[in-house]
Amino acid sequence: MNKKYHWPGESRFLGYLYILPGVVIYLLFVLYPVLETVRTSFYRWDGFTVNRTFIGLQNYRQLLIDSQFLQALSHNLIFIIFYSIIPIVLGIILASLLGRRRLPGMTFFRAGLFLPQVISMVVVGVMWRWIFNPVFGPLNAFLKMVGLNSLARPWLGDFNLALPSVGIIGTWVMYGFCMVLFLAGMQRIPEDYYEAAELDGANEVQQLRYITLPSLRPEFGVALITTIIAALRVFDLVYVLTRGGPGDRTLVVAFLVYRAAFQQNRIGYAAAVATVLTLIILLISFLILRFQSRSEE
Amino acid sequence: MRSWARLIPNYFLLTLFLLVVILPILGIVLSAFKTNQEIAKGPFSLPARLNFDNFVGAWVAGHFNNYFRSSVIVSTVTVAVSVFLSILLGYAFGILSFPGQNLIYAVLLIGFMVPFEAVVIPLYHFLNRLGLVNTYWALILPQIGQSISFGTLWMTSFFRTAPQELVDASAMDGCNRWQTLWHVLWPLAKPAVLTLVVLFFMWTWNEFLLALIMVQDDRLRTLPVGLAFFQGRYVADIPRMAAGSIIVAGPIVLVYVLFQRYFIRGLLGGAIKG
Repeated sequence: MNKKYHWPGESRFLGYLYILPGVVIYLLFVLYPVLETVRTSFYRWDGFTVNRTFIGLQNYRQLLIDSQFLQALSHNLIFIIFYSIIPIVLGIILASLLGRRRLPGMTFFRAGLFLPQVISMVVVGVMWRWIFNPVFGPLNAFLKMVGLNSLARPWLGDFNLALPSVGIIGTWVMYGFCMVLFLAGMQRIPEDYYEAAELDGANEVQQLRYITLPSLRPEFGVALITTIIAALRVFDLVYVLTRGGPGDRTLVVAFLVYRAAFQQNRIGYAAAVATVLTLIILLISFLILRFQSRSEE
Repeated sequence: MRSWARLIPNYFLLTLFLLVVILPILGIVLSAFKTNQEIAKGPFSLPARLNFDNFVGAWVAGHFNNYFRSSVIVSTVTVAVSVFLSILLGYAFGILSFPGQNLIYAVLLIGFMVPFEAVVIPLYHFLNRLGLVNTYWALILPQIGQSISFGTLWMTSFFRTAPQELVDASAMDGCNRWQTLWHVLWPLAKPAVLTLVVLFFMWTWNEFLLALIMVQDDRLRTLPVGLAFFQGRYVADIPRMAAGSIIVAGPIVLVYVLFQRYFIRGLLGGAIKG
């Protein structure tokens, strides 16, 4: 970085003037609350009274045996299948089937596939609630139309189907993102790799295995981080569709934080859950980035 | 001719995946133009005529006019301030040199990874003490804080690649640092800044958790929260709910259609850099 030098007569603290307003806002409204969340997690507090009681790690100890928290966390982990694994597999399949050829009109398809990424999750929730609506919804209407009456269900009200029903919406939101991501990555791979492989007699599956997949490693990293974090942070959808029901069957960690902090006034407990969620997110991001940079060496 | 035939399966596949995305959206758009009687006839019928009653109903009776105003105010202020601050931050970290630079940069980037779930609890009590709960500031300030975290990353990586000759030349010409930024580098920065504008706009427009918690006054609610409450109250009124959804999603989809390249570059590139 040799281009960074001080101009004649320039204070070496000049940069502080440029960063000051942003840093102040960041410290007050992001960093301070994060640290305060961690501190609050060591207390018992109802949010109203002035005195909070320091209870050490008791909130965390409770999490380990707390069926609500463990249940919520297990639902988030199941969402990883829907938000992350299925979309990534679909993305890879599509990218490898389309191949490296640039298709005319690709911009149009790309724009359409990406659309769920820009729409508010509340709108997505309202839309899918209509689709799953047992009386007016197109899903049950379609099943009846093709003579599969017996499969029609009150999807979001069913104890066993509610969770996968919410999960499949995650797949709907994410698969286009993964496809566009992997298709963009394919364009980067030099054509000679494939030509050389063909000369050596490698078939298409071998080309996929030894050229395409290894070359797409950065895209895998991005797809994994983005989709896993989305799966761990699900809130808007659950709020709109089920509020965690029926019987906590779609309860997720972020909704548990909201419920405990703002409806049940268990502030310390909620802060502990939020801290654990943040740590899990940071840990997973770190591990994926670490794996990425190691395999690049 | 042969190459065209080989493309057909590709287009078939793409169309299939595209339809799965588009059909639900199309269904909700059609529902917004139906009457309640038409909804009862089943989801696959077409509306008899293009009537906008549901939009008027949602706009006035459903208070979407209020929600829309809130969203516009919050988004405009947040995006304008965040973009301006991100440019200053990126310039400072990318071009200038000052003590503690790397440490401050690293601390700023943490905010990009931290979810709002991790900040809302103390933030609520903090803003309450400041008397800012139930004001637009409770939505604007934290959103700026989180946006500039990404903005710093994005603009710093832009300024690091800015041509050094330009910066040197402007020093020769007697520009100071501020003039160099706005007269010399600004024209080059426009595409990167436009990406930030569309991303910040999308994040702020769609933000839900913060707006749900910080504002209880219905007149101050933003569109996503307004829609969530509307559907809680009128579960059976599908046409109006659909119309409300279009009011919420419409502006962002419009911006997306106009600036598609910047959106996709930001979401893919931003993720790669992050």
